[in-house]
Amino acid sequence: MTDIRADIADQSGPGDAGFGDYVQLLKPRVMSLVVFTALVGLVVAPVRLHPVEALAAIIFIALGAGASGALNMWWDADIDRVMRRTAKRPVPSGAVEPGEALGLGATLSVLSVVMLWLATNALAAALLAFTIFFYAVIYTMWLKRSTPQNIVIGGAAGAFPPMVGWVAATGSVSVEAVLMFLLIFMWTPPHFWALALFMNSDYEKAKVPMLTVTHGRRSTRNHILVYTLLLAPVALVAAFTSIGGPIYFAVSLVLNLLFVIGAFRLWMRREERAEADKYAAEKRFFALSLAYLFLHFAAFAVEATPWADALSAYAGWEAVTWL
Amino acid sequence: MALTREHDLHKRRQGRNIGVLVVLLAFVALVFGLTIAKMTTGDQLQGFDHTYRIEMDPGARTGEAGQ
Repeated sequence: MTDIRADIADQSGPGDAGFGDYVQLLKPRVMSLVVFTALVGLVVAPVRLHPVEALAAIIFIALGAGASGALNMWWDADIDRVMRRTAKRPVPSGAVEPGEALGLGATLSVLSVVMLWLATNALAAALLAFTIFFYAVIYTMWLKRSTPQNIVIGGAAGAFPPMVGWVAATGSVSVEAVLMFLLIFMWTPPHFWALALFMNSDYEKAKVPMLTVTHGRRSTRNHILVYTLLLAPVALVAAFTSIGGPIYFAVSLVLNLLFVIGAFRLWMRREERAEADKYAAEKRFFALSLAYLFLHFAAFAVEATPWADALSAYAGWEAVTWL
Repeated sequence: MALTREHDLHKRRQGRNIGVLVVLLAFVALVFGLTIAKMTTGDQLQGFDHTYRIEMDPGARTGEAGQ
């Protein structure tokens, strides 16, 4: 009897990835952020979905995000290989073949959109399809390598999930959904540019035209300050809609104050000083930006609870009717 | 001594197969759950039945049939 398993043992090649490699292809960390923001979009919506429908919606929105991540890794394998931060990803490391990443990304894209349609509604599915297209084609294939504004416009892809969650529940887009979108959209540039300030060499090596590479760090610091100042009113205005309230307003006020102070500090810093302390302030600002987004959406979720409603009524807080 | 030679490749393939199995079972369970959820909350389902249904007539429910 032939020992087939011994025969094939020597044929281990790049196509023999483990299950975890395929999970990595879907960018689980990005997916977790998508799950969180989409869940908040669902929870704060005025229409309640059946829990199973809501679970399905979240899973398929996350799957769509994962699919676009796989397509991104397929297309960007060449620059991922060069950058220290991304060199260990499944495609550049050789664990998964590029064709597999493309196949998985394309299949999951179609599956997630069709299933979201069946689970919720056509508009939510169309928005998810557009999000995948925007991230994989507009951002990854086009903007990322062609303009220093790549992060600004590409940030829209990451901003859609709460809107998709909202639309999955309500079936329509409203001012609240747009504000949640804008909150992430305006937050993305300062968040990524802070990262680029202390990871500049990576982008330079890969020839990705990040603002730090094309216009220098001084200009990037200016941009961070301007976008942070533009972000603050967007975040605060949301307090006066049906998804906001006194708790959100208090949280947002503190966070925006800290964020503006942080951006102002980065703007004041001289390059020699930043190099001397190994970009400590930039790293702190980046960490703050993560907390900023998480706490804003957590505050939205808290405002959707009955206790927050009771507090709003007690405080005489009323949402402004926008439309 | 084992009759067959175990290789890291086998472990990886086994892990991958089990992973795919779990994902497929979870997908089946989710679709089943969705079907049940849609059927239990599905007033709209009756809209596809092309005959007059008293349940679909708000007027009939309050005693003022809309016929």
